[in-house]
Amino acid sequence: MSKTVEIRWHGRGGQGAKTAALLLADVAFKTGKYVQGFPEYGPERMGAPITAYNRISDQPLTVHSNIYEPDYVVVVDETLLESIDVTNGLKADGAIIINSQRPKEELLPLLNGYQGGVYVLDAREISIRALGKNFPNSPMLAATVAVSGVMGREDFLGEMRQSFQHKFAKKPEVIDGNMMALELAFNQVGC
Amino acid sequence: MAIRERLSGNEAVAYAIKQINPDVMPAFPITPSTEIPQYVANYIANGEIDTEFIHVESEHSAMSATLGASAAGARALTATSSCGMALMWEELYVAASDRLPIVLALVNRALTGPININADHSDSMGARDSGWIQIYAESNQEVYDNFLQAFPIAEHKDVMLPVMICQDGFITSHGVENILLVEDDKVKEFVGEYEPEHYLLHPTEKMAVGPYAVSNYYMETKRAQRQAMLNAKQVILDMAAKFEQMTGRKYGFFEEYRMEDAEYAIVIIGSAAGTCKAAIEEIRATTGKKVGLLKIRVFRPFPEEEIAQALSHVKAVAIMDRSEMFAGSCGPLGAEVRAALFQAKSQAEVVNYFYGLGGRDITVQDFMQVYDNLENIANTHVVTGMYDYIGLRER
Repeated sequence: MSKTVEIRWHGRGGQGAKTAALLLADVAFKTGKYVQGFPEYGPERMGAPITAYNRISDQPLTVHSNIYEPDYVVVVDETLLESIDVTNGLKADGAIIINSQRPKEELLPLLNGYQGGVYVLDAREISIRALGKNFPNSPMLAATVAVSGVMGREDFLGEMRQSFQHKFAKKPEVIDGNMMALELAFNQVGC
Repeated sequence: MAIRERLSGNEAVAYAIKQINPDVMPAFPITPSTEIPQYVANYIANGEIDTEFIHVESEHSAMSATLGASAAGARALTATSSCGMALMWEELYVAASDRLPIVLALVNRALTGPININADHSDSMGARDSGWIQIYAESNQEVYDNFLQAFPIAEHKDVMLPVMICQDGFITSHGVENILLVEDDKVKEFVGEYEPEHYLLHPTEKMAVGPYAVSNYYMETKRAQRQAMLNAKQVILDMAAKFEQMTGRKYGFFEEYRMEDAEYAIVIIGSAAGTCKAAIEEIRATTGKKVGLLKIRVFRPFPEEEIAQALSHVKAVAIMDRSEMFAGSCGPLGAEVRAALFQAKSQAEVVNYFYGLGGRDITVQDFMQVYDNLENIANTHVVTGMYDYIGLRER
């Protein structure tokens, strides 16, 4: 990876898109990268559309602007497809990753003719299967790593297991479920 | 070995506070303050530091309590942002005129109205005449490094002035970036213990802090404050040199980026400087045009002769302001840099731009446009106005 990879996250306040961007920055940092993870704040309220960003590079990062021509776009909440032009500026040789239960063919008309890669992940189903609850951001994080290739599968899973062991030190019973959510997402997105 | 980490700007400042372990931190720990008091409160609750945290009922009280603690002889600091700082206004002047070496962690955000919480320098620029030293940062690394240098500058016997350590709201305060932390023992040695010469809890020396000064004394007090500010210049450079010895990271009044042969220069403060650097690299790589950047780190004391010297060889300069002051001619940085250039009889063409107000984004492309404008101005010698805007919509 010689150039900077830029990622834009679309979600709604309270769904964890910002947290997912910060987690991605975390895990990429641990594999030796230079990282940025930052939210774009509007009026803060549950359910409002929010945007978060990542830059990941082998070189130090100095740019402090938002990202207008991302390599990858992640849509954590598919209802945003109707109201926001999520593919705006998205590079043709990049990809969009959408959390949805619908087949890809139904979503394509909502993407303004985007010609690059389109990946659909049922993060809700994966999360409920693995964790018993709907936390879509972990599966979306794994899918983003799989599609973007910012790090290898084993590096990613290894670092995430360590993070979970730290984060869930007092409830280790949820670690396996979280790891399962990541692995299922990795497998389903098929990269 | 430095510690490789990734932290937000708020986390970086809180970590610096933990390493310094100050005596007292009064703070009003809800909006409009920052996450900084919250993180420090965690360190205290976990027993990692023994700072006395004072919960106060407002920012006015936060600065008042900080003043009291500092006057008593403690190493004291607080943190705030935007309108929180506006509520401290009266005490900012008291801190400076009482010569209390307080440190304020300021996250630069717009002042209302309209209501806006995003990056903008109007809070600290409004306080530029309050007598505080002001040091600004481009990145999380810089705000951390600046914070470690703050107390040694403030507490130096030739200075004894409060210091404001500023960073851009959300852009660095909430953005996570790579950072190199200094080891705890090295920080302790660098910052040292605070041993005040005069203080209220002194067992034998009697003194008053902040008494009434009739007109027979007020003016001399202001002159003495000015002298302290002048003295601060050397102390700031000395601390930067000492810091460089410890970390290898070089600081001064400003950073000169690709200025050695620059014909066109931008003068700017804060996080947008990093975006400007990317534009410089792109322009130099694709066109060979000689473009450079002068990033202001220290705004008070204002290094006007040094700035004029650094810009003495350029053909055209764009001074970029992230706050309004509603003067007919320009913004606050524009006014002071222009005055410096005038005094130095500079022949450079100068233009002042407002950008980024209330968090309006500024991009690499915007900076490339500014350099295009500068080249045009240098060729035609026509500057159409004293100020203009970058990123302003027509409607």
